[in-house]
Amino acid sequence: MSTDWKAYPAASFHDELVGPGGGAREAGRALLRCLSGLGDDEIAVRQQAAELAIKAMGITFTVYHEQDGSIDRAWPLDIIPRTISRREWLRIEAGLRQRALALNRFIDDIYHAQRCIADGIVPASIIASSKNYRPQCRGIDPPLGTWAHICGSDLVRDADGTVYVLEDNLRVPSGVSYMIENRHVIKRVFPELFENAAILPVDDYPLQLFDTLAALSPRKETRPEVVVLTPGIYNSAYFEHAYLARQMGCELVEGRDLAVDGDDCVYMQTVRGWTRVDVIYRRIDDDFLDPESFRADSTLGVPGLMRAWASGKVALANAPGAGVADDKLVYSYVPDLIRYYLGEDAILPNVPSWRCGEPRHLDHVLGHLDELVVKPVDGSGGYGILMGPASTQRERAQFAAALKADPRSFIAQPVIRLSTVPTFVTDRLEPRHVDLRPFILSGPQTWVTTGGLTRVALRKGSLVVNSSQGGGSKDTWIVDTEA
Amino acid sequence: MLARVVENVYWLARYLERAENTARLVNVNTNLVLDLPAGFAPGWMLLVDISGGREVFDALGGRAEDANTERRVVRFLLSERQNAGSLVSSLRMAHENARTLREVLPSEVSEQLNEFYAEFTRDIANGINKRTRFEFLKQTVLRLQTLAGQLDGTMNRNDAFTFLQIGRNLERADMTSRIVDVRSAQLLPAETPELRPFDTVQWMSVLKSLSGYQMYRLRMRSRVRRADVMQFLLRDDQFPRACGFCLERISDALRGLPRSAEVLALLDDAARFLGVANLETLDQAGLHELVDRLQLEIQGIHDGIAKSYFPSRDGANRPLLAARAGEPAQSQSSR
Repeated sequence: MSTDWKAYPAASFHDELVGPGGGAREAGRALLRCLSGLGDDEIAVRQQAAELAIKAMGITFTVYHEQDGSIDRAWPLDIIPRTISRREWLRIEAGLRQRALALNRFIDDIYHAQRCIADGIVPASIIASSKNYRPQCRGIDPPLGTWAHICGSDLVRDADGTVYVLEDNLRVPSGVSYMIENRHVIKRVFPELFENAAILPVDDYPLQLFDTLAALSPRKETRPEVVVLTPGIYNSAYFEHAYLARQMGCELVEGRDLAVDGDDCVYMQTVRGWTRVDVIYRRIDDDFLDPESFRADSTLGVPGLMRAWASGKVALANAPGAGVADDKLVYSYVPDLIRYYLGEDAILPNVPSWRCGEPRHLDHVLGHLDELVVKPVDGSGGYGILMGPASTQRERAQFAAALKADPRSFIAQPVIRLSTVPTFVTDRLEPRHVDLRPFILSGPQTWVTTGGLTRVALRKGSLVVNSSQGGGSKDTWIVDTEA
Repeated sequence: MLARVVENVYWLARYLERAENTARLVNVNTNLVLDLPAGFAPGWMLLVDISGGREVFDALGGRAEDANTERRVVRFLLSERQNAGSLVSSLRMAHENARTLREVLPSEVSEQLNEFYAEFTRDIANGINKRTRFEFLKQTVLRLQTLAGQLDGTMNRNDAFTFLQIGRNLERADMTSRIVDVRSAQLLPAETPELRPFDTVQWMSVLKSLSGYQMYRLRMRSRVRRADVMQFLLRDDQFPRACGFCLERISDALRGLPRSAEVLALLDDAARFLGVANLETLDQAGLHELVDRLQLEIQGIHDGIAKSYFPSRDGANRPLLAARAGEPAQSQSSR
């Protein structure tokens, strides 16, 4: 059996591979031709081969299990790639670069003169309502004035084909290692397509990351000692921490390996003595970074690390406090911030957002609860969200009460009808919803991954793409259709 | 290399070695019990004592002498998660340590260990069941030796490998000395004429629990006698599980590291002390005293290594600048 592409598209969504009428979109021509020639049985064989390769290559994510400790699960990858034309990608890339630039300017402004507040671009209350604003960072000048060196922005495409930015992750975004490993696996699965189609490579990320980090070193005269700081093996992204350390040739350290000395420098304890550290790519949240400055009960961090960073003896990526822009309320102002700092219109639109703290917006939201998605401004991971169309009367009543009691803590957005990609389910291809997380590196230059990590909701109709909640992933092909 | 990483390598080696020794001990005892006359079998509680787990065993309840002692002891030694010295606990700890060592261990070792741990916990009932136990434990030892072989055959000879050697040999010396001590104390009284034939069987089982019977014959060229077995297990410089051999390997490994003088002196003391005892005339009480002292020396060597090379755990006030100048950091750890 082979898929009948004319009958395939779910009419009410945008499919990334198949256009209306069953023909391939521009970037997916070679892929669709290949899939049509294979048939479901051969696709099943290749899916199995991919799963074996993932096991053999040890690509895992971690689930904590009470009895057996941490269990490494095989990383879920669907072999049908998500395709985007290079022409479209160049526009998206420019939009992401613009966004990262403006967000970094905003963070620097917030911790210095706060011009954006004085000039009435954002309200002063934005600081009080941001859970990730760190007063300890006021007046500090990190190298290059950059705060969010690594940003992961989530993109979604609505039914009419428009690509929106759904959120920006400026704290410790993860997933990039899987983007690279997915490609390694898919090259084994579809070697014929890589020979013939112009699929752009993705595997220079670790080198770009290393260069971005090394440029932050306070000691210009020596080879910088860059380390990756992990919370440890129980963290769900531990695979990625170890992967990036190995790929960059850096030590993978935990907080207890480091200490800040009387000279405010950071040292790591090696078997042959203490060695100075210049740059720390930290994969630990601000809260746990330094018990002297943040949570005193943290055993993951390094006492005195903030002091070392503030005095410029060590660079931290991302800088503490960068998460201030990782907030749904700030998100709603990003197009204004781009205009304010860069004098340009935003290339990539935001999902339209109603700020419930504004009375006019609140009235609209309360009147349309059954159509909207309501989100807490400081939430992440999909917690505490009202999905209007799927909600019950009772849930809407509860949210209405919460909104009236504390309107400033919520924003509301229309439901985005996420685009789909053919996905192998049991024994055939069916459309499943996807998003896309590209990664933006900000340093001396701003650099964007070629594509990113495509996440797919494997359950029919589901919009939940998180791997911890049964989501899978796909390789993402930026295809040069003019080559 | 990071101090924490070499500590984890050290413990990985110790846990793998401990797991292998536990599998051997249970297997050999299962066989020995079949050879001895009913009522004289040294029984199973002995193994609990060798593993140093008597208190935990008693705390878990049940009487030592009840009818199901064998089953209870075997379960305690193989699958009891509350027993930190059980085979499953050793494997679990080895597995956890290996997870922190992705960047230094050859990837085939991590994969093997992952797979082996999953299979072991799935099939553990075969180790409890008397009929399938021999094969299960034989396979367990084989898998562990495969891992040891992969480590030897594929790891760079760097600081991590040095600590792998140190951990493995210290655990071996520790286990060999425990086996000599506890087993010899519980041997049947040799002076009873009707039990003499069994004397040899029991000393043979001591050797076999260390995979040393064949090597003993090859090396000592004598029948199995108490004094010769002692000489072989405690002092031999060719048998890789002999205490003397293991201590010498640790010294070799340490010579390539900075700040090793203190621990090397401890190792010399231990070797000298082992060398002077007269094994021909040593009675049971004397032997016990000797092993006791040896155990203390081994603990002291561990403490010395931890103090010189492992991360100190006493918090913020570490004398960093002093430590960098060559003084070992303060440590209160003895894990």
